[in-house]
Amino acid sequence: MPQIFEYNGSALIAMVGKNCFAIASDRRLGVQLQTIATDFQRIYKVHDRLFLGLSGLATDAQTLYQRLVFRHKLYQLREERDMKPETFASLVSAILYEKRFGPYFCQPVIAGLGDEDKPFICTMDSIGAKELAKDFVVAGTASESLYGACESMFRPDMEPEDLFETVSQALLSSVDRDCLSGWGGHVYVVTPTEVKERILKGRMD
Amino acid sequence: MSQVAVEAPPKGGFSFDLCRRNGMLSKKGVPPPSYRKTGTTIVGLIFQDGVILGADTRATEGPIVCDKNCEKIHYMAPNIYCCGAGTAADTEAVTDMVSSQLQLHRYHTGRESRVVTALTLLKSHLFKYQGHVQAALVLGGVDVNGPHLHTIYPHGSTDTLPFATMGSGSLAAMSVFESKYREGLTKEEGIKLVCEAICSGIFNDLGSGSNVDVCVITKGQKEYLRNHQSPNPRTYVSSKGFSFPKKTEVLLTRITPLKEMVEVIEGGDTMEE
Repeated sequence: MPQIFEYNGSALIAMVGKNCFAIASDRRLGVQLQTIATDFQRIYKVHDRLFLGLSGLATDAQTLYQRLVFRHKLYQLREERDMKPETFASLVSAILYEKRFGPYFCQPVIAGLGDEDKPFICTMDSIGAKELAKDFVVAGTASESLYGACESMFRPDMEPEDLFETVSQALLSSVDRDCLSGWGGHVYVVTPTEVKERILKGRMD
Repeated sequence: MSQVAVEAPPKGGFSFDLCRRNGMLSKKGVPPPSYRKTGTTIVGLIFQDGVILGADTRATEGPIVCDKNCEKIHYMAPNIYCCGAGTAADTEAVTDMVSSQLQLHRYHTGRESRVVTALTLLKSHLFKYQGHVQAALVLGGVDVNGPHLHTIYPHGSTDTLPFATMGSGSLAAMSVFESKYREGLTKEEGIKLVCEAICSGIFNDLGSGSNVDVCVITKGQKEYLRNHQSPNPRTYVSSKGFSFPKKTEVLLTRITPLKEMVEVIEGGDTMEE
């Protein structure tokens, strides 16, 4: 069996625009080369302005998501407010690093709007090494092609609609070069006033 | 007796819950995953009135560059900084942990932290984990006893040196130091030499790249020069950018308006008892 990260297949991307951000994923869940589901949710809402994408082994992703929601709810009860994206990133990092010698096979992507609607994006490896980027972050089996697509398509300070087109095109073009991810896309564009969730049509092979 | 339904958040320390499962997987022929490395050039030297630390800014995962401008000079205390090489998560975690221990120690004693304190905390943690916490560090700072520079290896051994290099580009950087370092360098000469050493790592070692970060620590002062030099600017920026004339095909759109934040008026009428 090859790399455990390639067992289910995934593609994740988050990008920053002007006072907004977009986070997108593919919709395929597979077991190696066999497709199991074509409407799989890889991006989770933590609260209204904070989203979390989990690539890698789906079973670990779901367990990790449950633990993170649990910790976020405890925080909400104690502090009576939502977590800032930076704080949440540190929480994810701490939970992953706790399992340094027996990790979850997951690579998270975190995107949120912080104070004064400043977008925040961040990714980590499976043991919680944070990478804070100003422009875009990617993860999953299609990450190599996503790096290339984003690197050439990204422009700073995009408006929400522009950002949506750029993220969608980057995602769809990269996913076409990866056999383990695909089957359309799921894109969230978050601005200070609204969350726009769209499902993209993609190749079905 | 009823079992506790949910485990309370742990108080610290590693958890080995998944080791058995992951061990089973690797016994069945699934290779363990690769982690983000800093595959680095980090250096430090002592000049006439303090310490200069330097680092490149590339982070890699296997052959992929996953961060082109990361920070490898970590804060330990106001007068102590530490460069990290090795597995990114380990260098990050170990320096954060020790810096918080130093902060607590300062609250307790009300004195400036000493470099040896940081050194001992780091090496005892690394020795305890027998090299499995893969952090190779260059620790530098100025305290009551003057400037100090140490290197710490992943197994917990340490060196005390006038000039030091670490990481995959350490050989390239050391060759520069060995030929050009002398005692009593001025600040400008020191920064120049550190930049030259890092640049030799950037250009001759594939694990190192992008920009040069420098940190100058002198008695009672520090200067963090983030991206002091950028010898590798982008050359392939499209001036026109991209436009997508044919809209992406959307199957479904769902718009959720976000609620306005409720303003709490301070000093409003309180409820009657």
